[in-house]
This record gives sequence, structure tokens and C-alpha cells, in this order.
Amino acid sequence: MTSPTVKISSQKNITAWGLKLLARQGILIAFVFFLFGFSLFSERFLTTDNIMVVIRQASIIGTIALGVTIVVIGGNLDLSVGSLLSFCTVLVVDLHDKLGPLQAIIVMFFFALLIGALNGYLIGFLKLNSLIVTLGMLSTIQGITLIYSGGLNVDISNQDDTWFSFFGRDYIAGIAVPVLIFMGLALVIEFILKGTVYGRKVFAVGGNPGAAVFSGIKKNKIVFSTYLLSAFTTGCGALILGSRVMGSQNNVGQGYELLVLAGVILGGTSLLGGSGSITRTVIGVLILSFIQNGLLLLGYPYYTQWLVTWAVIILAVWLDVASTRGKVFTSFK
Amino acid sequence: MSSLQKKAKSFIVEQPIWLFVLACILFFSFSTEHFFDIGNFKNILVQTSTIGLIALGLTFVMINGNIDLSVGAVVALSASLAVDLQSLGMGSAVVIALLSGLLLGILNGAIVWKTGVDAFIVTLGAMIGIRGLVFVYTQEQSFFAADFSYSDFGSSTLAGMPTLAIIFILFTLLMHYILTRTIHGRNTFAVGGNRQASIDAGIRVGPHMVINFAICGFLAALAGVLLSTQMGASTPNLGRDFELWAITAVVLGGTKLTGGSGSIMGTFGGVIAIGVLRNGMNLLEIPAFYVLVIMGSILIAVLFIDKQVNRGSKQELNV
Amino acid sequence: MSNLSQTENIQTPETVNTPALALENITKTFPPSVTALDNVTFSVQRGEVHALVGENGAGKSTLMKVLAGIHQANAGQIYLEGKAIKIDGPMDAKHQGILLIHQELSLVPDMTVAENIYLGSIPTKWPNRVDSVTLYSNAEKILKRLKCKFKATDKVSKLSIAMRHMVEIARALVFTPKIVVFDEPTASLTDTEKYVLFEVIEDLKKENVSVVYISHRMDEIFTLSDRITVLRDGCYRGTVNTRDADEDEITRLMIGRSLDNITKSKAPEFGPKVIEVKNLSCEGLFEDVSFSIREGEVVGMYGLVGAGRTEIAETLFGLRQPSSGQIYLKGDQIDITSPSVAVESGIALVPENRKEQGLVLGMSCQDNITLSILEQVASYGVLKKKKENNIYQKYADELAIKSPSGGQKVGNLSGGNQQKVVIGKWLSSEPELLILDEPTRGIDVGSKSEIHKLIRILAQKGYAVLVISSEMPEVLGVSDRILALFGGKINGEFTDNEVTEDALVKAISF
Repeated sequence: MTSPTVKISSQKNITAWGLKLLARQGILIAFVFFLFGFSLFSERFLTTDNIMVVIRQASIIGTIALGVTIVVIGGNLDLSVGSLLSFCTVLVVDLHDKLGPLQAIIVMFFFALLIGALNGYLIGFLKLNSLIVTLGMLSTIQGITLIYSGGLNVDISNQDDTWFSFFGRDYIAGIAVPVLIFMGLALVIEFILKGTVYGRKVFAVGGNPGAAVFSGIKKNKIVFSTYLLSAFTTGCGALILGSRVMGSQNNVGQGYELLVLAGVILGGTSLLGGSGSITRTVIGVLILSFIQNGLLLLGYPYYTQWLVTWAVIILAVWLDVASTRGKVFTSFK
Repeated sequence: MSSLQKKAKSFIVEQPIWLFVLACILFFSFSTEHFFDIGNFKNILVQTSTIGLIALGLTFVMINGNIDLSVGAVVALSASLAVDLQSLGMGSAVVIALLSGLLLGILNGAIVWKTGVDAFIVTLGAMIGIRGLVFVYTQEQSFFAADFSYSDFGSSTLAGMPTLAIIFILFTLLMHYILTRTIHGRNTFAVGGNRQASIDAGIRVGPHMVINFAICGFLAALAGVLLSTQMGASTPNLGRDFELWAITAVVLGGTKLTGGSGSIMGTFGGVIAIGVLRNGMNLLEIPAFYVLVIMGSILIAVLFIDKQVNRGSKQELNV
Repeated sequence: MSNLSQTENIQTPETVNTPALALENITKTFPPSVTALDNVTFSVQRGEVHALVGENGAGKSTLMKVLAGIHQANAGQIYLEGKAIKIDGPMDAKHQGILLIHQELSLVPDMTVAENIYLGSIPTKWPNRVDSVTLYSNAEKILKRLKCKFKATDKVSKLSIAMRHMVEIARALVFTPKIVVFDEPTASLTDTEKYVLFEVIEDLKKENVSVVYISHRMDEIFTLSDRITVLRDGCYRGTVNTRDADEDEITRLMIGRSLDNITKSKAPEFGPKVIEVKNLSCEGLFEDVSFSIREGEVVGMYGLVGAGRTEIAETLFGLRQPSSGQIYLKGDQIDITSPSVAVESGIALVPENRKEQGLVLGMSCQDNITLSILEQVASYGVLKKKKENNIYQKYADELAIKSPSGGQKVGNLSGGNQQKVVIGKWLSSEPELLILDEPTRGIDVGSKSEIHKLIRILAQKGYAVLVISSEMPEVLGVSDRILALFGGKINGEFTDNEVTEDALVKAISF
């Protein structure tokens, strides 16, 4: 009676174990696979130059994704980052000529944090659904941006003569500043999430809000603060973007919220909250960027990356879900 | 109270969005002379038909406890197919376009069912991917309908009513009927309201989800075809952000994000509210930008009011 | 084994016709090591009301879930009308004529009563339409039979909990079942509703349907049932004919003395009052509750589900705001506005629901233990892994937590060890008052007694402890003083040496 049961369960264990391994390291395996695959077909792909280009291209989405990862680990969503990116970029570029670069940056971050605080208040303290609130904010901020700019594009008139170009165009020790900002922030935020009291509380709130409250953690404040952080990293993204382009269309960030989310999800941060990491998000964003770059180098038009992204996202998450379930397909009919 | 009054009262309680629509109509009627006009009302229906059809399908998916973010991309795909394939004959082109939406809906539904991945993620992926499909298919080109009868359809009328408005209203009635009168409609509510209880009661959860995604995909494709007849053309970027507008309309209409509750009439109200606001503000010559701000604020305000009204009793835990 | 005298009362199946339902040697274990049912055998005759009694955790609900196809037994055989059957999921159970009326409600809140009653089997018209006329008239008929005051067209979300239970019961009457299992059906019913339910059960009996009736309430069991089967710790303890039995006998069978003897501090000398609650009320939940706990004292709070036990604990922990009354902590009146205030003032709550309120299952043991004292294991907001590890080691040793390492995910531990982690979390915050709400729910017998010992040790160390429980041996075993709760009021207070089981049972059920 017992021996067949044992056999079946051990077989099941092997499937579960295999799935778990794939889910844990699958994203890295896929990453290596992509790099290797592309490098077979394109000599340029794995050159230092090209890698640096890819990371630089990923830096804006990546920087924003850092903040969004915190929000998602805390158990919520932020769809307003795309609009916020447009708003901040327009603001900082427009104010550059009017107030001077430093002042422009300060004002931009002030408004970014203000909007983050509003998101945080509505979701953290009033406990409204984060998807709808940030969806509403997406439209509101987009409107505000258009009203502010009068529907016109903005740019910086004297582009050669300002230190503002530092954030998007300069290099330090051969590494592009956007990459430094992205990687620097990634390190700092990873440390905050994994090594500090605050980070632990974010994980607890996202993992089990009930248990967090029962442990005396002030859940509402934690949720509030995650939106401040996501607004902050979006501001950093705007700084890079504005400085790189030295101008801005008023809908420049349209659709970014979903690309950012795609990177976060691809990295394996669960939308249910309570799990995830910055390292994984960075890998997720880089994979998207490498797919784009690789396909371009192979001569495919840029939009083919979207098709590949579709498949990659669903496969990655499926693997993750299947491993916790211990089964490939759902059992319900 | 007469039963009619009672009915009217319960209608208002269940569908407060219509009060809002009424208030908007009153406001705009007094503030601009061009608003209160049959011609303008027909106009509003035509303008909202695209978002409206998408929102109808999305209502099914959302009551079912899922979400579909890929509808905007489906609009672009079906519009491109319908316009580009005119050489096969108008009828075949439209059928192929509609089929594309239906199939993509089924695909989304089947993935959600079989993999157990959250619909938000599945359709987020599909949204990006289908947009890619559109670009691959169109090579980034816009298409123009060479046959004028195609674009004439978009501005045609039937017995004095714009054809597009009639189609929108007919589908609203049909969807309302399916949702309220059929077993499928009833089970859609059940699955969204309590999935485990539905499974325990022997309801086949998966097929219902697939059917709803299929309905949603089909209606999004229909919206795409109708939009292309209005414009006589299609562009690969058509339908961007439509999913957000449609979700806004559905939520304004009182459908719960968590599933299990909602109505087609509410969604219709939400769609009309957006249409009236846009149209009225346009007539008042308020720049379109303000509409975005106002719509966003209203969405959040509705959520806030809903929370206050449906606040749990005192016995609820203070978590 | 201790009750061999019962054998003469056990009716052998052969004495009557083939039983409607017979369970033979059913065994069910849950990984890693909980044996919920151990070789249980019992049978139900046609048209019989068979009561199933036992303490919480005795295995009644598990047994019924095996019967309803929700769990699969590891061993044993089920016979329905003499035929060996296999039950493959809840739907299959229904089709074979076995209906379980759940303790937990499984209704769709936003649908009408009729739609819920007919969930999954809504009457249809061609081609696939809802036959509303039949649906509502049939549902109305069932509701009439149950003498329900609400209508078939009402939405379930607008009904009270008791009414929702009636809907759940109404569902059973849609089919003509062979076996209906009621799991604590009266827990939230009013008296009138209760009598209607009893009439329904009588009707079912007349229709030759067998009823298995699980309850804690002796009065109900004695009015309703024909035979009574007792389970204890997952084992079958005997079946008696109701008319030959008396309450004492049943109680003895139920409680036994399986609990390890707990050594209490010999001469209980308690310190000053740690907490004093005066006239505390919370509208609709409990009223006028006053008690105090001293240093080194364990107070047990005993009562049935819905008596307001958990709610009192939640109020002390700042999760609910009292409508009137005062709380004094070490002599000072305090206003506990939120759990974080409670934690800061030294109150700790080990909640009833370990998985939803006690632990972040995705986190490691170590991270869970330090969750309430994060500031103490950090300097300038930066966590010191070593400090964390020391804290974990300290409590892992003290509480004998069996986990391969501190980094092990707490979700992978057994229930008993999970509960120790929750207790460890609160001990690490060095509270004045430790509240334990159902500390041994869902925990195997071995770990149970370990936790009981632990509670006594904590008292010896000077903690004031409040243990809330619905298990009599537990409160009797660990408490120095027992408060009996009934209908939101304290209905009796007993010191350890004067309490009797009878008195306790009376105090919580009248």
C-alpha cells in the first residue's frame, strides 16, 4: 500500500523540484541563453561597446523599474509612472531655461514627490485600489502635462553650454552617467530592501498585510512611502531622459508604465507582493533590452522585440506559478 | 410608492452613474446652446461607440474576475486587417478582422485558464505582443481604404440614426441580455464572486473565462473595424490607451475590480458619461487636456465615494 | 480502551439492515506528521440522525471532508448502501447523494438567494437561458419549507450570517440526497431558526434520508439524535444509543484524560496586576467585560465560537476600538488605538489565525521572529544579521523550534513549529501581557502539550498570560483562573481548584 504512494510522490517531487529550479534560476538561464544565441549570429553583440549601449538604453526604464519594484513588493501597482515621467521631463526641461538647471531639478523632484505622496495617501491611508487610483493618476498627470506645456514640445535652447547634459550624455571613467545612476540606485535600493528595517517591513506588508499589522508594523505608512520612492526613481528617470534629449515631447513617457511592469514581472517579482528583488528586476529589464538590441543587430525591425517579449513574459511567469503549484497546468476545469 | 417609482429608485441606487450623466447633461445644456440637440446626441453615440463596444466586452471579463489589457492592440490589428484586405472583398476582410479578435481573445482566455497566470500579466504581455504583430503586419504603414463605400459606411445612417450608433446600441442590448438572462451570464457572476464555491458547485470555470475573453476580443475587433470605417483608414498606433479608457468606463459603471458584480447598463452609463463630458467640454471650447484631468479625478473620486458608501460595519477589523 | 464498558451499547451493523453509510478503518494523515484520523469506523442507518461529537481537533470535520470528497483518505473504505464507493471530489459526492453543509460559507455574495441555492444547477430554457420563473418559484418553495423570512430575490450580501447559513442549508434540499451532513449548523442561528432546522431534519428523517449531525451542544444532540458517536484525537471512541446515554458519559468519552499532566507552579503567588479591564464593551460583540491578570498568572478564557473571545483579544491589541470601558496597564489607563501602540506598551497577541495574521509565510523563521522588534536588531535602520541570528537562536533553543536553520521558510514547518515561531516573535519583544488565541488549533497532540508546558514556563517567568480557547482540557490544564464567556458576557469565573467540567460546560452554553 505504502510503496506505490511513495513512488508517486517522489516522482511528483522531482517534477516540483525541477520546476522550482527552473523558476528560481530560469530567468538567469534564459538570460545566458539569449546572450549566447544572439552572439552566435552577430559578432557585435557581445562586444563591450554593445553591452554598454544596451545597458545605457535600459537605464531609464530600469531606473523607474527600481521604484516600481518596491511598490510591487509592497503589494500594490503603480501605473502612473509613465505619465509622471512625461510630466517630470517636460517640467525639468522647460524650467531649465527659465530658472536654471539646479532650480529646475529641485522643482521637478518636489512635484514628483508631491504626486507620489498623493498616490501614497490615496492608496496607503484611504486604502483605495492601487490599480484604479494610479490609472486615474495616469490620465490626470497626462492632462496636467499637456495643460502645462500647452500641448507644445519643449527644449533647451543652448544645449552645448549647460552642465545639465551631464546626467544623460557624459561618461565617468568610460561608463555612461545614466548607467552609473541606474546601477548606483540599484545597489542602494537593493541594500535598503534587503538590509534595512524599512525593507523588511515592505516585504512583510506585501507578503501578509494582516500579519504585518499584527506585528505592530504601521502598514499604511509603509505603503505610502513606497509610492514616494517610486516617484523619486521616476524623477531620476526624467533627469536622465531630459538631459539626454535636451528636450521633450509632452507624451514621451506614454506606455512606459507597462514596459516597466513587464521588466519587473519578467524579473520574477510577484504581483501579489512580498517577494522579488532589485537584482531580478535589473536582469528582467536587461533581458528586454538585450532582446531589443539583439533583434536589431540581426536585422529585424525594432517591433519584433514586442512579439518576443510577449512570449518571454508569459513563459517566465508560467514557470514561476507552475513551480509553486508543483504542476504545469491548473487543475480546475 | 408606486412600483415604477420603486423601480426608478432602485435603478438610481444601483447605477448612480446615470445621475452623474443627468447632471452633466443639465450642466452642458445650460452652459452651451449647441449641446442639447438631437444631432449632437447622435454624435455622442457615434463618438463613444468605439470605447463603448470595448467596454461592453471588458465588463464580462471583469465581472468574471479577470482583466484584459490587450483590447487596444486588438483594435489596431483588426482595423489594419479590415482596411488592408479590402482586395479580398469587403465582407471577407471584415470577417477576417473580426476573427482575429475572436481568436486572440480565445488565446488569452486559454492561457489564463491553463497556465493559471494572472490575467493582468497574460494580457499585459498580449498587449505588447499584439502591438508587435500589428507593426509586423503593417510594416509601420498606415492603410487607406480605396473603396469609398467602406468609409461611407462609417458616416451612413439608418432611418435617421447613424449606423455606428445603432450597432453600438444593439450590442449593448444583446450583451445586457446575455449577461442577465443566460446561464453563461449567471455563471460569469458566480465565478467572479466566489471561484472556489463555483468550482465546488460544479461550474466549469475555465470555459466560461475563455468565452468571456473571446467576447471581449471580438467586440474589440468590431470596435476596430467600425473605427476604421469612420476614418477610412487605419494606423498601426490606433487604439493606444483605449484599454485605459475602457477600464475607466467600466469602473465608473460600477463593476467591481475584484469581480462578481457589475452590469452592462452601468457600463453603458460610464461610456455615455465619458462621451458627454468630452463632447460638452469640447463645445465649451475647453482644451481636451482638461478632460484628461477631469476624467482621472472623477475615476478616483468614484472609488473614494464607493469606499465611503460601502464601508464595512463597525465590526470590521481595523487592519 | 479505557471504556470497554461501552461495548454493550455499540450497535453492530448486522442488527439492522444494510446501513446507508458505513466507514471502515478510515485513516487520514496530513504531512508532515499530523494524524487527523486514525482507523475510524462507524456507520449510519437509513433515516437515522447520527450525532458526531468530539472536542475541537478530534477529527470530526476531517472525517466529514473525507466523506464529501474534499479530502482523500490515506486508507480505509467507504460503503454507500452496502456498495464500496470511491468519492472523487465534492461534485462526485453530490452526485452520489452525499451532501455536506459547511461550517464555512461558500456562497457568492453578489448573487441572489435563489441563484446561490441553485449554483451550478440553474434551471434552463432553450437554448441556454435562465428559467427565472422556475428558478425563483422553486427557491421560494424551499425557503418556505425552511420558514425563512427573506426572499429568493434578495441578495446574499444583504443577509445576516444566520440567514446565510439557512441559504446553505436550503442548498441541500435542492437534491434528494441520501446522506446530509450538518457541520455545526446552529453555531450562528437564532432559536427560532434552530427549531425550523430541527423540523427540517425531522422531515428528512421521514423521507428516509440519513443525517450526520456534528455539534458541541449537548442539548441539541440529545433532542435530535438517535445515536451518538464520539471521536477523540482522531480515534473512534464508541457509539451509544442516545436514549440509553447520559451527558456525563458522553463528556467522559469526549474528554478522556489524554492531556499530559501539566505541573503548575505549586503555591501560586502572583505579582501585581499587569492588566485590568473595566466594563469593556464593543457594540454587538461583547458587553461589560471586566477582569484582571497578575504577573505570573495564566487566565483562561473559555467559550464557544461567537461568544466574543477573539473580539476581546483584538480590542486589547488595538485592532478594534471599544465603545465604552477602560483598560489599565500596570495601573495606568491606556488608550490602545492601534496594534503598534499595543506592541509599544507591551501587549502581545498570538492570533487565532496563524496563516493570515500570525506569520508571513514566504519569509524565513528568523525574519518572522524579529518582525516585531526590527528596531532592536538594527542600528541606524540597518539590520544586523548577527543580532537577528542570535535572537533566533535564543528562541529556537528556548522554544525547541525544530527547523533546519533560521533561513528556512516558515511555510515549510509543521503547524506546531509555526506556532512556536509566532510565540517566539512575541517573546522576543519582551511583553508584559501575552495573549494566546487558540494557541493549539490545528496542531498535533505532541506539539500541543509542548506548547501547554511552554505557557506554564512563561507564567513562572513572570509573564501575565491570557489563553483563549474552545478546548476544555486546554483551559483546565494551563490556567490558574478561568473566565467562562457566553454571548459576549463573562458568565462565570473559576479558580483552578474549584472548577469542574460540568460547571464550565454550563457556564458557556446557557
